[in-house]
Amino acid sequence: MRWINRRPRRGAEMLLLCLPFAALVAAYLIGSAIRLDANPADKLLPSPAQLWAGIQRIALMPDPRTGEWLLWSDTAASLMRLAAGLGIATVIALLLGMAVGLLPYLRASLGAFVAFLSMVPPLALLPILFITLGLGEAAKICLIVIGVAPIMTRDLALRVHEIPREMIVKAETLSASTWLIALRVVLPQVLPRLLTSLRLQLGPAFLFLIAAEAISADAGLGYRIFLVRRYLAMDVIFPYVAWITLLAVLADIAIDRLRSRVFPWSDLERGA
Amino acid sequence: MSAISVENVWKEYGDQVVLENLSLQIADRAFVALVGPSGCGKTTFLRMILGQERPTRGRILLDGQPLPPEPGPDRGVVYQRYSVFPHLTVGGNVMLGPELRGARLTGRRFGAARRRLADEARAMIAAVGLAGSEDKYPAQLSGGMQQRLALAQALMMRPRVLLLDEPFGALDPGIRADIHQLMKRLWNEVPMTAVMVTHDLREAFTLATRVIALERLRDRPEERERYGARITRDISIWPPRVAGQRTSFDPPEGAEPPL
Ligand SMILES: Nc1ncnc2c1ncn2[C@@H]1O[C@H](COP(=O)(O)OP(=O)(O)OP(=O)(O)O)[C@@H](O)[C@H]1O
Ligand SMILES: [Mg+2]
Repeated sequence: MRWINRRPRRGAEMLLLCLPFAALVAAYLIGSAIRLDANPADKLLPSPAQLWAGIQRIALMPDPRTGEWLLWSDTAASLMRLAAGLGIATVIALLLGMAVGLLPYLRASLGAFVAFLSMVPPLALLPILFITLGLGEAAKICLIVIGVAPIMTRDLALRVHEIPREMIVKAETLSASTWLIALRVVLPQVLPRLLTSLRLQLGPAFLFLIAAEAISADAGLGYRIFLVRRYLAMDVIFPYVAWITLLAVLADIAIDRLRSRVFPWSDLERGA
Repeated sequence: MSAISVENVWKEYGDQVVLENLSLQIADRAFVALVGPSGCGKTTFLRMILGQERPTRGRILLDGQPLPPEPGPDRGVVYQRYSVFPHLTVGGNVMLGPELRGARLTGRRFGAARRRLADEARAMIAAVGLAGSEDKYPAQLSGGMQQRLALAQALMMRPRVLLLDEPFGALDPGIRADIHQLMKRLWNEVPMTAVMVTHDLREAFTLATRVIALERLRDRPEERERYGARITRDISIWPPRVAGQRTSFDPPEGAEPPL
């Protein structure tokens, strides 16, 4: 049989899923053992025991100096920024994307402009944001918004535009006004796509968050990583990186669950 | 009354003439089947009646009034695809039109108005043979059922004209025969004029009161741009078919006329 037609069985699928993760862990453990064997004071690849001690220090006991549970207070600060940034970006994308996708006048005036904006490298704007908005939360949230909103807006406008013309005409024959077409025909059809678009922007959003926190913050996941970098505290950096990844993965899964829960038809369509 | 008159209508896209000087009178409650080779402009013609496209020259009247320049509830449509909304259930699709018409702000009906509408929708769904599927999404229906749904959805608006663009073209023969039965009954029972594009001559002669063929008379490559399609055949079915006089929208026999 051709390889394109061979499929793993259920058990094998599970095994294949775990394989790369196991390989990663194994490679780390071997590398760590070799380095520590050569130099017990090596800090680059801490042993599992050292990692566990690091995790205990940041997550399971309060910081002796400030009395804060670092991992948790950092997570709270970062997630707050992320949620605010992504929330604002989603609302902008929804309103602007629908308007640009539906109304020829707005498409004519804003379509190219949004495309232009989405090409501005957001990180290059970071200094400007810090200068104009100060070093507080506003600049960080704003960076996330600027980083993801134009792309989400474009994606949504394209999706709106892709809705078959027949469907819009059909709605007109059912006496819908522009407003009602937007509300009852277009909005429900693009909301699932908006959620998917949000999922895809989680990665960039984290990137912008960590970049902003690295430069200026007094708490946050990115702030902590760049702070302890000075002491080569890999026993803190590795758990933080793993934790950030886990957060992103969980958010991704949660948003997709939400989509198929709220819009059950969007799964049917894909299968059809 | 819902007679359509087409007066010296031309349609050009850029340099290309698609339809050339069509003139046509369609009587109230006629069922016109439009046939012709692929690309001759049948869909274009239908779109002009629908208001989705405008004639380059000439005009189209509905009951003596010029057509409004955009689609509206007086002209319903059923396409081969994309006729129903994938995000609404069967019931939701059928109720959508009256909901949109009744609630201009939210597009939704609530309470007693909704219950009344739901009853009306259920009757319509049963009339097209979809009873029991009210809560399914279109993706869970077969092609034939989706077209039945599209008919029900369009008819809820009681359009004066129903436009059909190869509505049954994708269905297999057995299912097509069933839906032809339904189509005949609906045309008899609903006070509307129907114009249907089809590739299937048998379908045309089974359903229509009149079959009209569009064709390019000059179709050599160098002529194709400058000459559009014209009406080459106009056949009235004999013996004449006449739509039912009593429609399902009339009050029952002996009832008080509505105020
Ligand atoms: N929006 C448009 N812009 C330019 N040309 C168009 C447009 N719409 C249709 N045409 C042209 O008009 C001609 C008629 O198209 P139309 O879709 O009306 O044909 P049709 O008779 O419905 O064909 P079919 O049986 O394949 O559906 C075609 O040559 C097509 O290329
Ligand atoms: Mg066509």
